[in-house]
This record gives sequence, C-alpha cells and structure tokens, in this order.
Amino acid sequence: MTRSFLARNPSVLWFLAVLALFTLTVTLLAEGFGIGLIPTAFVKTLGKTLCLCLVALAMDLVWGYTGILSLGHMAFFAVGGYMVGMWLMYARTEEIVVQALASGPIPATAEEVAQGVASQIFGVVGGSELPPIWSFAHSAWLQLPLVLIVPGVLALVFGWLAFRARVNGVYLSILTQAMTLALALYLFQNDSGLRGNNGLSGLQNLPGLADWPQSTVSILFFLASSLLLALGYLLAGFVTSGKFGSALRGIRDDEQRLRFLGYPVEGYKLFVFTLTAMIAAIAGAFYYPQAGIINPAELAPIASIYLAVWVAIGGRGRLYGAVIGAAFVSLLSSWFTGGMAPSIPLGFYTLHWVDWWTVLLGLSFVLVTLFAPKGIGGLFDRLAHIGTPARHGAALGPTDGALQEKEAQE
Amino acid sequence: MSALLEVSGVSVSFDGFRAINNLSFAIGPAELRAVIGPNGAGKTTFMDIVTGKTRPDEGSVTFGEVPRSLLKLSEAQIARAGIGRKFQRPTVFEDQTVSENLMLALKAQRSPWRVLFWRETAAHRDRVQALAAQVGLAGHLPRRAGELSHGQKQWLEIAMLLAQEPRLLLVDEPAAGMSFIEREQTTALLVELAKTRAVVVVEHDMEFIRRLNCKVTVLHEGSVLAEGSLDHVTKNPHVIEVYLGR
Repeated sequence: MTRSFLARNPSVLWFLAVLALFTLTVTLLAEGFGIGLIPTAFVKTLGKTLCLCLVALAMDLVWGYTGILSLGHMAFFAVGGYMVGMWLMYARTEEIVVQALASGPIPATAEEVAQGVASQIFGVVGGSELPPIWSFAHSAWLQLPLVLIVPGVLALVFGWLAFRARVNGVYLSILTQAMTLALALYLFQNDSGLRGNNGLSGLQNLPGLADWPQSTVSILFFLASSLLLALGYLLAGFVTSGKFGSALRGIRDDEQRLRFLGYPVEGYKLFVFTLTAMIAAIAGAFYYPQAGIINPAELAPIASIYLAVWVAIGGRGRLYGAVIGAAFVSLLSSWFTGGMAPSIPLGFYTLHWVDWWTVLLGLSFVLVTLFAPKGIGGLFDRLAHIGTPARHGAALGPTDGALQEKEAQE
Repeated sequence: MSALLEVSGVSVSFDGFRAINNLSFAIGPAELRAVIGPNGAGKTTFMDIVTGKTRPDEGSVTFGEVPRSLLKLSEAQIARAGIGRKFQRPTVFEDQTVSENLMLALKAQRSPWRVLFWRETAAHRDRVQALAAQVGLAGHLPRRAGELSHGQKQWLEIAMLLAQEPRLLLVDEPAAGMSFIEREQTTALLVELAKTRAVVVVEHDMEFIRRLNCKVTVLHEGSVLAEGSLDHVTKNPHVIEVYLGR
C-alpha cells in the first residue's frame, strides 16, 4: 500500500548509485588495491572531500530545510576530530614509548608507560601530566563514544538556551559564530589541555597498523568515508521525507503558523540542531585522521562560513545540492590554492590564484545568490521539470487588501 | 450553559499603552460570535492573548469543561488543547502541496519522535480528501499551495484548522480579499462549523456579519462596549458614536 522509502525518493537511489560508481572507480585506480593511477595524496583529498560532503549535508538539514543559518557547525566537526585525535595520538605515542622502554633492563610498569606518554604528548607545551580531559584517551571504547557525546551535549545545551529564548535569524547566526570563536580561543590556550596551537598530530597512523602502508590506509579511509556519506544521505533522506520533513520546511517558511498548529517548534529545532551537530562530528572524526593533524585554527569562524557558501552554491533545500556544492567548491579550492592553477600574466600584474581564489569564490557566491538562488542543484530540478509556483502569496494587508478585493470581484 | 472559553478581567499594556483594559468575554461550546470594533480596539491583541502569543498583565483565561488556565501554556500547547487560529493574511505553507499542508495539520501526536516515525495510511489520505472536499479544494490536492488563488488559500487555511479538530476557532477577517461568491460560501461554512464548535469571527465588514446572523461583541479601547444581536448593538448610542457613525 505505502511504497517503500526508496521508491518515494528516487533521488536517494540515484545518489547512492553515483556514489557507489565513483567509489569503485577510485578504488580500482588507487594504489592500495588497484592499479595505482591515482596517487595516495589525492586519494586522501578525495576521502576528505567525502567527509566535507557529509558535513555539508548536515548544514543543508539545519539551514536549507529548517532555516536555521548556523555558522558554527564546523566547530562540531572539529570537536569530533579532536575527540578521535586524542585516542589516535595517545595510542600511537604509547606504542612508541613501549618500544623505547623495551630496551631497558627491566620491563616498564604501566605507570612508567603512562608517564612517558604524558611527557611525550605534553612536552611541547611544557607539561608532563596528562590533563583530566585525557582520562578516557587510553581506551578506544571509552574515547570513541565521546565523538558523538561531546558535540551532541554541546549542541543540546547551546540550542536549548538559544531556541528557548526564541533567538532567530541573523542573531542566531551571530551567536553560533561567537560559540565557534570562543571554542577556538579556548583551545588556543596551552592550559586547555589539548596542546594549544600545536593541536594534535600524527593522526594518520592507526594504532596496531603501523606496518600497513599509507596507500592501503588511505583507501580504507576513503571507503569508510564513502560508506558514511551513503548512510548520512539515507538518514537525511529519511528525516526530510514524510511529515517530519514537511514540519521542518514549515519551520523555515512560517514557524508561527506551525506553532499554532500545535507543533513544539523549539523542540524540533533542538532535535535538528543536535542531530546535525552529531553528523558533523562523525564527519570530522573521519576527516582529521586523513588530514593527519588538527589544530584550533580549524574552529575559526570562517570555516563555518565556507560551509554555508558550499551549501548555497550547491543549492540549499536539496540534499544532492549540498553534496555537489561541497565537492565542487572544496576540490576547486584545493586546485586553486595548491598552486596547480596557472597564473595569469596581465602585463602590469600577474594574477596568482592562491591570492585571488577567495575573490573568485566570493564573486561566484554573489552571482549564485543573485541569478541562481537554487544553486547547482537547481539545474537538476530544471532537467527534471520540477517547477515552483511562480506566484507567491502577495501580502494582503489592511492597506492593499481593498485593491485585491476589487480585482477578485472582476 | 457553561462557557467553553472564559476571559475575565484581562488587561495588557504595551509601553504604557493599554491595548486591553479589563476585558471579559465568554463563549459557549457551540456558538458563533462576531467581534467587531474600530482599528486599535484590541481585537488582534485579544486573539493573541487567547492563543498564548501575548501574556496579559492581569486577569484570567480559562478553557474547557473543566476550566483550565491557558496563561501558563505555550502557543503549541494551547493549539493542542483545542484552539485553532486563522490569521488575517492567509498563512499556508506555499512551498508544499495542498495535501502536505493538510497532512501536517491532521490531529496527531506532535512530538518530534512521534512525527519522525509517523507513517501515512489510507485513513489519513481519506481524511485529507474529505477536508479538501469540504472547502472545495478536492481537485487541488497535488498542487502547491503557492499556486492557489487568494480565496483558495483562505479556505485551505480553514481546512487546516479543521484538520486539527479544534473546539474553538478564532478567525481573523476571513472575508478579506474574497469575491462575492467566495464570501457567500465562507459564510455558509462558518455557520455550519459553529453547530459543533465555538467560532469567533473578527470582522470589519458589517454586511458579512449580518449574514452570519449571530451574537455580536463590540470592542472599543480594549474593553467590551456592547454585546447582543447586530440590530441591538447598532442601535446602541455609544456604538454609533465610536464605530458606526465615525
């Protein structure tokens, strides 16, 4: 009677098919298991891009569908990265310390190992004690759940305070910017316990897999990122279809109306804000091991603004739009800023793309906003002939009501 | 007859301006009532207070057979308690289809978890079909609400209110911007609805109120100036002075 979820949402199936094809192609062409046409560094870039697509998906849920322009979601992304990074760095350092102590005359005690790990990790900021926030880092089973719990609780508390006070629109955006800036400034301090501006490094080494080549590790991370994006897309598709999606779009378009229909709007916002923060955190937890390093600069307010730009260029309010935008803009960005784009000599001045890329990005953002408000994803709609009503509800206030009334009678 | 909604001694000021001044109002469980008054008489503020958008400075608002105070409830809780509100401008979700608009409004659990796992059934579709038919939108279910004419949007909004199965309907200027025939149909619909629930209509148009043929409450400067049949209140010298004879 009721058709299956995939049958009702053909775009989800299309997306999964394209993603599977892409993943298979890259796997066959990469060094790990394939013919080695794609260098490992580029596999890492692609894997990272998939994680960025996932966080863009989260941004589209919270902004494109629910209308909450959060400019702080990259903070959750980075916090997820920090949580997984603590475990990776601890485990890696522990291996090194154990190896170093093994040459000693008597076997090292657990305390000596812990002491060694602490001074290895914190020597750089002049400490030799493991701060209390690292108390779970020795165990994957204790530390990895924090990838979801810490950003989730952060989003829940922040969202509860903001939404309960009915902070809306641009004020909420400013609040979220303040949140990510405050977190970044806190992490920059050496005594915050996360190595200050040094951040966490060596995250590309997986514990216990030291003798695996990076070419294999990179393709495994690529596959995991791809699977994660597929699952994230399915989840987002499930959330945005049906009555829940209808309610989210209702909040975006007219939250007062929805409130008078009996919907607890604040509860919905909190739900979506927290859910997307957790999706962003998982994306971050898979991104940073591929990047190898994380530092507080990752929480800079500009990162979250870039995220909004990706989603806007890709087309907000469409899941595939967000993915296309993130993939397109971030790959283009790494091409331009990686020094691969040829400079343009203008005679009196040479245009270096490394400097001018942000200008180009800003310009295209303005152009997309003005001329293609549906972004790149909107092109697909045009192909599929999904129209939107050209006529939007004219305001029928007390003043212009009289005129429309006459028009209606004619 | 015990009252369904009882507002007594309510006052509210905005920046020193008394928008509502010691207002008392009561309506029975199946009654049609028109509220009229000049601009600034407090009609919209009165609706805001009943629906929880504005908190009064003093007074009480109770609702239901076992009177329950509405003052501590949020807008959403009041809506779930059984008070539906139609805005002056038609507010429907223009980006969504008529059918989606009605599905959203159907009486059901409203908590995020329940809605997330809510599944559409044939019974729901039948109910939506029936509601659309009731307001003359049966053939428009797959259309986007933004494509509808002004009058059709007004009706869609009324249908969305009905989908909530409210026991009290607050309707703000339903006839604004409607053609003559649409007005006739709206009048008939409101009279029909008031047989099974309480309906409060705020309206400027005297001709429209005459056709509703119901008890009228005249507001002026935030309190009740007169109450009774339309003929009765139009003969009241105070009413003539402040409203009709302006």
